[in-house]
Amino acid sequence: MNDLLIAGGIGIAFGWALECAGLGDPPKLAGQFYLRDFTVLKVMLSAMLTAMLGVFWGGRLGMLDPGALYVPETYLLPQLVGGLVFGLGFVLSGLCPGTSCVALASGRVEGAATMLGLFAGVLLVGLAFPRIEPFYRSTPHGPLTLQRLTGLPYGVVVALVTVVAVSTLAWIAKREAAQ
Amino acid sequence: MRPLRSYAEPHATGVCLGLVLLACFALTGQGLGASGAFASVASGVIAAVSPETAVHSAYFRSYLQDGSPWTAWLVVEIMGVLVGAAASAVLAGRTRLTFVRAVRPSGGRLFAGLAGGMLMGVGAALARGCTSGLALSGGALLSAGAWIFMVALFLAGFLAAPLVRRLWP
Repeated sequence: MNDLLIAGGIGIAFGWALECAGLGDPPKLAGQFYLRDFTVLKVMLSAMLTAMLGVFWGGRLGMLDPGALYVPETYLLPQLVGGLVFGLGFVLSGLCPGTSCVALASGRVEGAATMLGLFAGVLLVGLAFPRIEPFYRSTPHGPLTLQRLTGLPYGVVVALVTVVAVSTLAWIAKREAAQ
Repeated sequence: MRPLRSYAEPHATGVCLGLVLLACFALTGQGLGASGAFASVASGVIAAVSPETAVHSAYFRSYLQDGSPWTAWLVVEIMGVLVGAAASAVLAGRTRLTFVRAVRPSGGRLFAGLAGGMLMGVGAALARGCTSGLALSGGALLSAGAWIFMVALFLAGFLAAPLVRRLWP
């Protein structure tokens, strides 16, 4: 029960933040892929940087244990193919799974259409699963992280990702200032 | 018709979203998600409609093994997302409920939304997560698979964008 209260509370804050950023607005999201609107990248990079640095420094200061967090497992081919198919769907609908709920909640009919499609998509995979299971489970690498992949220390990878992300944000700001 | 209020500053909102994710990590040991909620609900529907089909697919089974799929963590989280987004839109004067007619999307856009949703459902199921659960949450934990997914997603999006330009004038 307590778990579900946390789930609801986190969800409310999550939905609130997405709506505030304008990520329930399909033309705004699709605008990212035409380099007209950089909100998606700005929000995603800022959020990822904050959480990544929070986990890293929280671990350093003994406030949380980064090793105890669930790291999504890597399945190279399914995630590569899944990402390509997902990206195609993203630019078609101008929404992603989370933001389709935000779109519906702020009164946009597209949100419901995308949610219905998502439901059909996972249903399709579930029904075809006995046939695609070998591919689904192919190329497993366990909870592989960038630091284990590269052999670099955790702090160095965090620093490198920070430099790349901040440079990207600075490049976007410069590009927008020039226009 | 009053104009819609503008959105919040994206970098600051991104930092707030990052703090929500950080709180989620600290409180639950795992990140945010969205597509998993759809998978839970789909599994619940299949189990109710045709239990033998559900048993036959390891995909559905994986969502049915830990208690009711209707009250799974992610399903409750997504209900929270609906509530939070609606509250934010109403309080900020951005809700479009009052002028649905003025912004009613064309049939083509709705079909594209449906088709796009379906592709994303398939992609997220194969990848074991979506933009929230895999790209953002996994990316922050430096998961290699999350970064592969993120790069593939943006690559496909940028490559396909010129082909569907008519959808986004």
